[in-house]
Amino acid sequence: MSPVVSGAPKIEFRDVSHSFALGGGEFAALDRVNLDIADGEFVTVVGPSGCGKSTLMNVAAGLLEPDAGEVLVDGEPVHGPSPQRGVIFQQYALFPWMSVRKNVEFGLKIAGVGAAERRRRAERFIDMVGLTDFADALPKTLSGGMKQRCAIARAYAVDPTILLMDEPFGALDALTRVQLQDRLLDTWSRERRTVLFITHDVDEAVYLANRVIVMAARPGRVHRVIDVDLPYPRTEEIRLSPEFAELRREVWHSVYHQPTPMERTSS
Amino acid sequence: MATVRKDAAAPAAREAAVTGKGPVPPGKARSRTKRSTLPLTIGSGLLGLLIWVVLANIGIQGFPGPLEVAERAVTSIGDGTLLGDALASLRRVLTGFVLGVALAVPVGFLMGWYPVIRGLIEPWLQFFRMVPPLAIIPLAIVLMGIDETPKIFVIFLASFLSSVVSTFQGVVSVDSTLINAARVLGAKDRTVFTGVVVPASTPFILVGMRIGLGASWATVVAAELIAAQEGLGYRMQQAQLYYDLPTIFVQLIVIGLIGLIMDRALLLAERRLTNWQERR
Repeated sequence: MSPVVSGAPKIEFRDVSHSFALGGGEFAALDRVNLDIADGEFVTVVGPSGCGKSTLMNVAAGLLEPDAGEVLVDGEPVHGPSPQRGVIFQQYALFPWMSVRKNVEFGLKIAGVGAAERRRRAERFIDMVGLTDFADALPKTLSGGMKQRCAIARAYAVDPTILLMDEPFGALDALTRVQLQDRLLDTWSRERRTVLFITHDVDEAVYLANRVIVMAARPGRVHRVIDVDLPYPRTEEIRLSPEFAELRREVWHSVYHQPTPMERTSS
Repeated sequence: MATVRKDAAAPAAREAAVTGKGPVPPGKARSRTKRSTLPLTIGSGLLGLLIWVVLANIGIQGFPGPLEVAERAVTSIGDGTLLGDALASLRRVLTGFVLGVALAVPVGFLMGWYPVIRGLIEPWLQFFRMVPPLAIIPLAIVLMGIDETPKIFVIFLASFLSSVVSTFQGVVSVDSTLINAARVLGAKDRTVFTGVVVPASTPFILVGMRIGLGASWATVVAAELIAAQEGLGYRMQQAQLYYDLPTIFVQLIVIGLIGLIMDRALLLAERRLTNWQERR
């Protein structure tokens, strides 16, 4: 079941547990999660709502300190966020008072990059996501897909080695979503940053990943790990192939036919 | 060649078409609403004037018509009293208002950022918010004398209380995702504060300032009714002694107009500064 990983893992979850207070009781969002992600790997995480997908990402991002266990990145424990781990949020999280350019420059400015170099680097990433004509536009004038492309450029600009993506395309229409998936894969296959990608869309999970992590809820835990042995670049042909359909069925089955907590306790 | 270029431009255009939220020429929607309300505003003004004329003519004792009031306005502009009074009132309002806002903004930020400071200050704030600034006037006069200080003090209080609450509200309602977005890009507390919290709460601060300015203006006139040697409120108080209704009308209209102009000016500033907001 455990995947073959060459070299030291880039990200390691070690017995990570986290609970939230919920109506007087406790809600186990993550229960002793162990997971290794190799350098340059593209891993997607799917699971029913409440399975702790977002908690997993927030812990990896350093935005949430787990109750127990730890996350190691390059062997070092994570305490707090770092520009080394770029995060893409589902709600885009662009600074609405800044133009596309200023948003993309934000992280560079914090890193102390000079104005000219900042502008040059920002322009490169704005160009990469195809927003050159909108560099000076405010986020409110952009469509959802354009906002998310801006957010991706902003994350890339600080040159992270890891990208953590929390249902980044979840709020977009189907056509835009497919376009952005292809763009993301295209960039990933050139630069091979490690990607941890949360989604609730089984198609998306299989299409993008080297490996699909299926999580189960109550308590949130890793249910299954499914290797996706499909070649890159992933194309429409692959999306329509019988192998893809078979993997999708397998992932779908393990997401939607999980033992309920009742069944588990009675067995 | 031409098709390649077309394809390159297509995604943005298609997305714009799909969501219907492509770049919209600014001001298009706004000018349409302006055009539709302007005739109504003018009509409403004319209607009010008509009612005024009717009221004056059916003979309420000493009730002046628009012409009589306009004549009085011309005289008081001519002898300089109207300008002098208006300036005296404005000076008090602006001094108190500027001082109030200058203190309210940092205090509001501190309350929003540090829970301990919030816990210490909020009970007093909630209490004094329930005391109308005018109710402080007797105390202020006893403690500070009858010159400018007590009037400016109550205006300061009025603008401080409304601005501090809205600044604080602005800070606590900053979207936590924006703060997280800044933190994962490497921002420390200081940058999160100056780069995210301050701009994100600007709309709240400006709304508080508008409310504060309205409250200040209402307070100054009332304060002048009680104790002053010049000012719009003082002039009305004097006119009341002589049953001089036209002068009272002139003062009332000027008070309303100046208040309106100040409010519109701040509204305009607000629109300019928070142009980035998505408005529905």
